[in-house]
Amino acid sequence: MTASDTICARFQCSFPGFSLDVDLNLPGTGITALFGRSGCGKTTLLRCMAGLQSAPGTMTVLGEPWQTESFIRPVHKRPLAYVFQETHLFPHLNVRKNLDFGYQRISPADRQIGFDDAVRWLGLESHLDRMPAGLSGGERQRVAIARALLTSPRLLLMDEPLSALDFNSKQEILPYLERLHDTLAIPIIYVSHSTAEVARLADHIVMMEEGRVVGQGPLQETLANTDNPFRVQDDAGALLEGQIIDLDDYWHLALFRFDGGKLWLRHDRRVKPGDRVRVRVLARDVSLALSENADQSIQNLVPAVIDQIDPDVAPGISLVRLLAGPTPVLSRLTSRAVAQLGLEPGISVWMQIKSAALVA
Amino acid sequence: MFETYWDPVWLTLRLAATTTLLLLIIGTPIAWWLARTRHWLRQPIAAVIALPLVLPPTVLGFYLLLVMGPEGWVGQMTQSLGIGLLPFTFEGLVVASVIYSLPFTVQPLQNAFEGIGDGFMEVASTLRAAPWDRFLFVAVPLARNGFLTASVLTFAHTIGEFGVILMIGGNIPGETKVLSVAIYDHVEALEYTQAHWLSAGMVVFSFVVLVTLYALNGKARSGAIR
Repeated sequence: MTASDTICARFQCSFPGFSLDVDLNLPGTGITALFGRSGCGKTTLLRCMAGLQSAPGTMTVLGEPWQTESFIRPVHKRPLAYVFQETHLFPHLNVRKNLDFGYQRISPADRQIGFDDAVRWLGLESHLDRMPAGLSGGERQRVAIARALLTSPRLLLMDEPLSALDFNSKQEILPYLERLHDTLAIPIIYVSHSTAEVARLADHIVMMEEGRVVGQGPLQETLANTDNPFRVQDDAGALLEGQIIDLDDYWHLALFRFDGGKLWLRHDRRVKPGDRVRVRVLARDVSLALSENADQSIQNLVPAVIDQIDPDVAPGISLVRLLAGPTPVLSRLTSRAVAQLGLEPGISVWMQIKSAALVA
Repeated sequence: MFETYWDPVWLTLRLAATTTLLLLIIGTPIAWWLARTRHWLRQPIAAVIALPLVLPPTVLGFYLLLVMGPEGWVGQMTQSLGIGLLPFTFEGLVVASVIYSLPFTVQPLQNAFEGIGDGFMEVASTLRAAPWDRFLFVAVPLARNGFLTASVLTFAHTIGEFGVILMIGGNIPGETKVLSVAIYDHVEALEYTQAHWLSAGMVVFSFVVLVTLYALNGKARSGAIR
């Protein structure tokens, strides 16, 4: 990565009871998740990146300086878009005029994203003449996203765009976000505290705690590190990317193939063979056997090699990192089981995967 | 006879309209500043602007008379500029009314601006709107009801002025003899019929103004659900 295709953000500031100290070099493509508990400083960092909050530091986006030691480019002169948790649609303007607000303020030569394209991507065709007050939460957030995109930004910042929505509205928006990810080359920085959203959308993850970065890297690798901060939570686990290759409609199962094996998944979403999907395998759902033991309820048996064994934060528990082909998977076992089976790095085992959640 | 009725009415309306217009121009930036700043001068300046609410109008009128008079610094300035002296002129009344009605413009506007919050302005800045652009196309439309309230209150309050005007304007027909002063004159001269006509007119006018104001605010409130 060179400076011209990355996003460099370095900020240092303190507020009463909180300080931010980060030095990040993020990829200039795909979705980067800023992940952490509420109060960890992820939103503050995003606001500093946008220039909405002033903090000493530097910010360079794809080779273009937005903030240096000596100057700060004002927010309205930065080619960015920001989607807020609260949509803040202008209540005095209808949907069309809300969308036009930013679109009209950039020069026609800079309009990479057409008005009709944004309207179509976010499914707003029939809402253009409505007032924001009459829209549902999900519709409002779709308008806010389209409005942001229509400034043809070079960087899209999203601050927990789904957290104010109920479950159904979230499910309504997620496919739109995935489509953006697939159609647009704009780098997105996505603040979230939801493991499920991050697992489904992100390519790259930055984990934050108390204003510091505590881990970062490509999502799949980072989630499968035994020392990643996810491990302290019950939802430690690995993320597999692959393809649906078969469906069993009678048992409502889908056969998923990843680089390293195959899994049968329960599916309640519409998937069809050929779909590329992500699957999350939680460490607590993976147990290990030394031989292939088909005489049991667990359907998914995948051969793997132990890569690393680390003690978990909880006493008596070990976190085992395995490699199925090149793909890392985590397993959470009692330390006694590890000792009794004689598990150690380099040993071949069978992973028994109790259940896996299809996330995307 | 007809002339004596309408002269003060016309003069009063002219004074109120001029004052309202000037105050919207002067009061808007002050209200905007008060609504957005964290400067230590915010409270003292807000207090100075609110002074006409609590001071007896005669006190205000007395000091204005001194300051704008031949010995006062404003008086010296207007004389050296060739404008002459302001007391006992229509322009003097306008200056006094602007000061007297300032809180009635600034406070509703300040409340309206504060009610907008930072969110909409931040969104506008991320949508490439420069500060002036944000103010004109986001803050002003969102503070629309604040502007309406401020205009109506300022206009009505200027019409009801008496003490300040008597102190610095006196009672010159066609120049400074506004409605309230005319009513006072009629009563002094025991011309109760004329006093009745003008007073009843004021009662009706004030009622209409207040009803309009409440209706506008009620509409704003029901429209604010989002």
